[in-house]
Amino acid sequence: MLRYFLKRLVSLGLSLVVASGVIFLALEVVPGDPAAYMLGINAQEDTLAALREELGLNGSVWARYAGWVGGLLTGDFGVSYTYRTPVAEMIGERLWISLPLALYALTLSTAIAFPAGIWAASKRGSAVDVSVMGVTQLGVAIPNFWFAMLMVLVFAINLRWFSAGGFPGWDTGFFVAMKSLTLPAVALALPQASILARVMRSSLLDTLSEDFIRTARAKGLSQRQALWRHALRNALIPVLTIIGLQFSFLLAGAIIIENVFFLPGLGRLVFQSISARDLIVVESVVMLLVFAVIVVNFAVDMAYAVVDPRLRGRR
Amino acid sequence: MSLLVIDRLSLEIHGAPILKGVSLSVSAGQVVGVIGESGSGKSMTAFAAMQLLPYGSVCSGRIDLGGREVLALSEANLCKMRGRDVGMVFQEPMTALNPIKTIGEQVAETILIHEDVTRAEAMERAAEALRRAELPQDRFPLSRYPHELSGGQRQRVVIAMAIALRPKLLIADEPTTALDVTTQAQILKLLRRLVDEEGMGLLLISHDLAVVADMADEIVIMRKGEVVESGPADWLLRNMQHPYSKALLAASTHQPDRSAEEQHDVLLDVREVVRDYTIHRKGWWGGMETFRAVKGVSFQLRKGESLGLVGESGCGKSTLTRAILGLEEIQGGEIRAFGVPVGRDFPNALRSGIQVVFQDPYSSFNPRWKVARLVAEPFHLMSQRPDDWRDRVAKVLQDVGLEPEAMDRYIHEFSGGQRQRIAIARALILRPEIVILDEAVSALDVSIRAQILDLLAKLQGEYGLSYLFISHDLSVVRSITDRVMVMKSGEIVEQGETAAVFDAPQHEYTKQLIAAAPVLPADVTGGERHDRPEPVV
Repeated sequence: MLRYFLKRLVSLGLSLVVASGVIFLALEVVPGDPAAYMLGINAQEDTLAALREELGLNGSVWARYAGWVGGLLTGDFGVSYTYRTPVAEMIGERLWISLPLALYALTLSTAIAFPAGIWAASKRGSAVDVSVMGVTQLGVAIPNFWFAMLMVLVFAINLRWFSAGGFPGWDTGFFVAMKSLTLPAVALALPQASILARVMRSSLLDTLSEDFIRTARAKGLSQRQALWRHALRNALIPVLTIIGLQFSFLLAGAIIIENVFFLPGLGRLVFQSISARDLIVVESVVMLLVFAVIVVNFAVDMAYAVVDPRLRGRR
Repeated sequence: MSLLVIDRLSLEIHGAPILKGVSLSVSAGQVVGVIGESGSGKSMTAFAAMQLLPYGSVCSGRIDLGGREVLALSEANLCKMRGRDVGMVFQEPMTALNPIKTIGEQVAETILIHEDVTRAEAMERAAEALRRAELPQDRFPLSRYPHELSGGQRQRVVIAMAIALRPKLLIADEPTTALDVTTQAQILKLLRRLVDEEGMGLLLISHDLAVVADMADEIVIMRKGEVVESGPADWLLRNMQHPYSKALLAASTHQPDRSAEEQHDVLLDVREVVRDYTIHRKGWWGGMETFRAVKGVSFQLRKGESLGLVGESGCGKSTLTRAILGLEEIQGGEIRAFGVPVGRDFPNALRSGIQVVFQDPYSSFNPRWKVARLVAEPFHLMSQRPDDWRDRVAKVLQDVGLEPEAMDRYIHEFSGGQRQRIAIARALILRPEIVILDEAVSALDVSIRAQILDLLAKLQGEYGLSYLFISHDLSVVRSITDRVMVMKSGEIVEQGETAAVFDAPQHEYTKQLIAAAPVLPADVTGGERHDRPEPVV
């Protein structure tokens, strides 16, 4: 188990090094002069020179890379060119919305998908199964921004249970803040839950047709007991994979939902800084997202090993 | 007093009749062997006794288990019955255990589900059940996971689960079919011992007449969902009446008529061949550790001869085959075919002289191709496909006993035996000199197997073929080869004339193999009728 852990840890480190190299190359080295790109074609020569100086573009590639990575490691992400505030601070603020939102949506999605998937699989072919499959089909098909607007109409404008958007800040209290994240979280969770429920169902059905389920039944376990004691944990591996992918997506991919609800999250930050050609911010946010994806993958790998003893012994 | 009485049992699955009026009974301390080919309904009879049938099954008739009417029991009562009154052992030990639970947990579960005991007590009794299945605690602690055990050991765990509560009846569905012959002998011995010592009744399902003849007190022969004949084993084996029973017996002991003449040209020369696999690094920075699958094997295959290669799973016979086909790099020695070293530069013209037939007739064809294209596939070894290719395909299909019209059909339209004929046609289309038969008849029912063996013998004469016949089945190898090699742990431990090796084995391992293989008693033939003894009630 320790060996498996260390090996995954080494691969995590290597992935981060490679990813940082690729991001750095793509944004700073390959397309030519980042300063000219950021300022546009009508920029004055002296402004360009000043920006180059500020960005440290006059140094060698290696020195710039080392400076950037060194900064990342010490929490100094540079200063945003458009906002003139430290990038670390900007990301920090946004992360405090995006991360809870992603976790909230993921919790909801899992809380809906697990029971639905298990229920549908345990009653294969029944009315329950057919309705779960039908509803999840809809859930996958409906665009989440449309569903979001529908919810705003119903719950914010007509029923007035929730506010239509915006984020009051965490200092207004946990429940107030969470309440303002509820509609966006539901909107994000709906398609994810639909996908996850379908994966859960089909994975569980595959497992239920395995020989060891028949063995369990021959011992005297009922269908239900065999499902809970033998099938469920075996069916989790594909489900964990999907959860890992979904978390990464939720963290960065909520741009549209953030826009619908006027939430100042990471997605909007990326969007704004790309429009403003603020490469310093883009670079740091992308690196942060890559970091999140790699860490989540590492966590999923560890979860595999907890679920499946065959992986623990693997070198 | 009978433990299990099945009386005129019929079964339909989604309206399709599977069993038609099956009757049999099992008493305490008795082994009842049910034999039949695939589709005979023998496994379904076993599953019906447990009421573990597929969705859509409808049973009629009577199943009496220890005085209770099984077909009338509610699902809850069936759950109480399964595992406590009847235990069941399955065919495939590699998949019959939950991979993520320890063997201790899985055996203890049988006890926990039926009795109100503490976990600790259940684990203690699980240890005892494993001991009865001959998996002692000092070598196989309860904390082992299934993937840490071999196939035979896993089958013992399944048996331990089945006998943990000392049920009166044990049902074993092909319990040794997936196992090597020496492991099979040990598992059968264990089952016999459990029957004798604990007075259990055993319903043993098998396709192998020799296994059943070895084990059973009573034999039931099934075909297409019906019992064709049954009776005390000793008597029935010597007094079969039904034509199907006789045919089954004849097929089991079938000797193909071989007339190929041996010549002296060496076609295939294998010298000191070594195949290493890299397993993993030693430590973080160390070199690669290797596993030697084939350890300096040498032999020659001459024109017109049949050479057998026998060995148990993992002995390296498949690796060696792949090396001969040029599919594996070798790390030492040399393989020459027709005088030219086999490897990257082996010319296509010669490559077409070596063809292969694999075990599984179901997965070795592209399902989207028609038979004509499947059989003609080896033509890609030639610079261009001959113009008369369809005629050649038609000819070879006829040679293997199929209609030429088969060309325009898809592979799913054929039975297992017909598919194996198509595989042979594919191997023969280029008129090779060497055909490698890699477990080519292992997946077939005995009657089909006998037909294919006859076909192979006939083709050997017609096409002047040399066979390298790889199999784990000693009786088949004995019936079709001139010489035989016995392989163990990557080495050939014994080789010689087939009859000599089988009659007077020299190496200890060969002796073990031959002793372990179940054989029908020498005097068993479908001969004249004697009086049937009265059944003891």
